[in-house]
Amino acid sequence: MKLKLKVWRQKNNQTKGSFEQHTVEATEHMSFLEMLDVLNEQLISEKKDPIAFEHDCREGICGTCSMVINGQPHGPQKGTTTCQLHMRQFKDGDTIVIEPYRVNAFPIMKDLVVDRSAYDRIIQAGGYISVNTGQAPDGNSIPIEKNTALKAFGAAACIGCGACAAACPNGSAMLFTSAKISHLSHLPQGQVEQTKRVRGMVAQMDKEGFGFCSNIGACEVECPKEISTENIALMNREYLKASLVSE
Amino acid sequence: MSLTGLFLILFLIVHLTGNLQLLSDDGGEAFNIYTDFMSHNPLIQIIAKGNYIFILSHAILGILLALKNKKAKGSKYAVSANNKSSWASGNMALLGTLIFAFLFMHMGHFWFQFKFGSELPLVSYDGVEMIDAYTKVVSVMSQPLWMALYIVGLAVLAFHLWHGFASAFQTLGLRHKKYTPLISVLGKAYAIIIPLGFAILPLYIFFTQS
Repeated sequence: MKLKLKVWRQKNNQTKGSFEQHTVEATEHMSFLEMLDVLNEQLISEKKDPIAFEHDCREGICGTCSMVINGQPHGPQKGTTTCQLHMRQFKDGDTIVIEPYRVNAFPIMKDLVVDRSAYDRIIQAGGYISVNTGQAPDGNSIPIEKNTALKAFGAAACIGCGACAAACPNGSAMLFTSAKISHLSHLPQGQVEQTKRVRGMVAQMDKEGFGFCSNIGACEVECPKEISTENIALMNREYLKASLVSE
Repeated sequence: MSLTGLFLILFLIVHLTGNLQLLSDDGGEAFNIYTDFMSHNPLIQIIAKGNYIFILSHAILGILLALKNKKAKGSKYAVSANNKSSWASGNMALLGTLIFAFLFMHMGHFWFQFKFGSELPLVSYDGVEMIDAYTKVVSVMSQPLWMALYIVGLAVLAFHLWHGFASAFQTLGLRHKKYTPLISVLGKAYAIIIPLGFAILPLYIFFTQS
């Protein structure tokens, strides 16, 4: 299949970027990243600068691949990361527009690569348990209701890829932050530091310059791990509760 | 946004209930007595002041929120995706601004006239003299331009409520497997019924009085 690509090229954080047109010959079995690999091989053989994009595990679990394909973070397929998106989702002769995430708190470093360390700093502000919880406990040694365990697991599925903030018209990181909070809040090990965690993480989120949630719901639609905005409600609830008690 | 919004949602119910008296076939007597009560009862006066504060804080918070979010978004995508959120959800600031402009017109027509206007029509029932608010309403609503602008304003309000109602509950963290779908349906029903209820009034007056 022959594809026309409009790819965002930007030298660094200081310069302005623009779209560049390329054509690439791909097969429908390739993943989206493999298609970009083919294009980069082509560019290298032409002695041109290859397109910078992030990738790591290529099996949909690390959250490293990050780009916006035809206006959607991770492309058109629901619940799928870019690396797991296959070219069979596109048709021969399609024009595909590839852009980096556009969020103020994620500065563009080069081409499709953005700096997502703001998310790391949010985690550092409270997304952990301070004591050593040891090895994975034996099954059923800590009784946790099945539904609660499922909720914790659902939130823990967040891979921190940044698609939520990228999809949000407000550039808000609330789906990510709430998933991390909710994951720990549902489990007894996480409940001890609940108040401190929500305060710290929300404050860091605001400090990084992310927007505020206005419940548009685009994050939930684009999230490759299908994290629910139910977690945002839980975070709001915990935040309200935390603001009523002293530190 | 959520708390002020929910208060304003309650206010709309009271406002509509009162205004529905415009439909009663008594030459405006019920409506006039009601407006006179509303403008002289001290408790209502306190709530009315509170209402102004809520409207203003809802607007100011909304503007601050929109500015902060615009800055956080930075640049826009070249291609915009058609995700499944409603049009209203992404345009609350625009809808809010239009509603604020509508309020200026609305206050100018009635509140300002009653407070500062001269040559107000008067009427008396059982020897009690009061402003003939009914005649004032009819004189405004029987003009096609004003009538049309009221309808447009109410349509904008409907879109604002379409998102706002359920959104307020989500912001307050009130989310429940059983009740959230109910709140969502209730919110959409509210967003249609309340503006429609208001819209009946100018239409009714326009077609029966002019």
